[in-house]
Amino acid sequence: MKVVLRNPLRELDIEGDASVKDVLRRLDIIPETVLVIRQGELLLKTDLVADSDTIELRPVISGGAG
Amino acid sequence: MKCKVCREPAAIEIRRHHAVFCKRHFFEHMTRQVERTIHDLEMFDAGERLLLGVSGGKDSLALWDILTDLGYRVDGVYIELGIGGEQGYSSSSLQLAEQFAKDRRLTLQVVDLAEDYGYTIPAAAAETRRVACSVCGLSKRYVLNRVAFDGGYDVLVMGHNLDDEAAVLMGNTLTWNVEYIGRQRPVLPATRAGLVRKVKPLLRVAERETAAYCVLKGIEYEVEECPMVAGNTGIRIKEWLNVMESQRPGTKQQFLFGFLDRVSDQFADAHQEQVELHECTNCGQPTTNDLCAFCRLQTRMADRV
Repeated sequence: MKVVLRNPLRELDIEGDASVKDVLRRLDIIPETVLVIRQGELLLKTDLVADSDTIELRPVISGGAG
Repeated sequence: MKCKVCREPAAIEIRRHHAVFCKRHFFEHMTRQVERTIHDLEMFDAGERLLLGVSGGKDSLALWDILTDLGYRVDGVYIELGIGGEQGYSSSSLQLAEQFAKDRRLTLQVVDLAEDYGYTIPAAAAETRRVACSVCGLSKRYVLNRVAFDGGYDVLVMGHNLDDEAAVLMGNTLTWNVEYIGRQRPVLPATRAGLVRKVKPLLRVAERETAAYCVLKGIEYEVEECPMVAGNTGIRIKEWLNVMESQRPGTKQQFLFGFLDRVSDQFADAHQEQVELHECTNCGQPTTNDLCAFCRLQTRMADRV
């Protein structure tokens, strides 16, 4: 799967299917700090992400714009 | 997972409420949280003139949307801070705020710090050698109050959320800054001439929820972080709090509301005792000195060679 990260904008690949929870754990990201977005919809921690999917991990912590 | 209200497929989980909502019931939940905060803390009445500080970020745009849905008439004010150059951060945030207002036929006033006050945040941070967020906070506090006061508004509405307020409280508690702790209230009344009542209706809403609200409602907001935010202590404290929150959901809310409900009154005196305000000799705004901090900054920037 393709994972889009922000601040700064970048992409990385993870092989195979995985749950959202597993993806975040592998990347060492605390679930409270991001939204996981696939095609404009939010994913829950139990949702499965397919190898062919693109997901965005959008940070929600802000210090500037609010 | 299923929505706890209607059993339709869920769109978001809010762990501290032990709740999972579909899109529709999440919107209702958000609206209810804001409505309850406004009502319980007697922030404002329907007849009052409201001005919202709009940054183009998730919090202010979500709040503008919710307040409008609730039937309040709210104007917005955006401050162009001059961050990131012509195509940069401030410029894109402004475009998003303007588009939001245009789509909903809302009034957005734009104040340009460079044109109206003679400096930008990057220039002021470089000149004073202060952290940009400190100069920015001072400028925004002053200008927002000034615009609200000059425009005859009754209330200045701010988009600070649960995470913002918990982080500020944590930061001031770690250093035992009792004066600032005594000043941290969700409603700051207009205690002196020149001040406008300031309120924070997103007090019960976490920033993950305002971001989710915007995504699910199709509201485009500034996703990029301010490029000058490096070294911001507030963000670091938010990260610490999120580690605790992930292990014990509800920590941030308990910390903040425990303080507001049971402790804050004990710090009110610390704030009052140390602050003796009079009018700034230049602008007339309340200050502890002859010239207020904003006018001192503006004077220093004007005096640059």
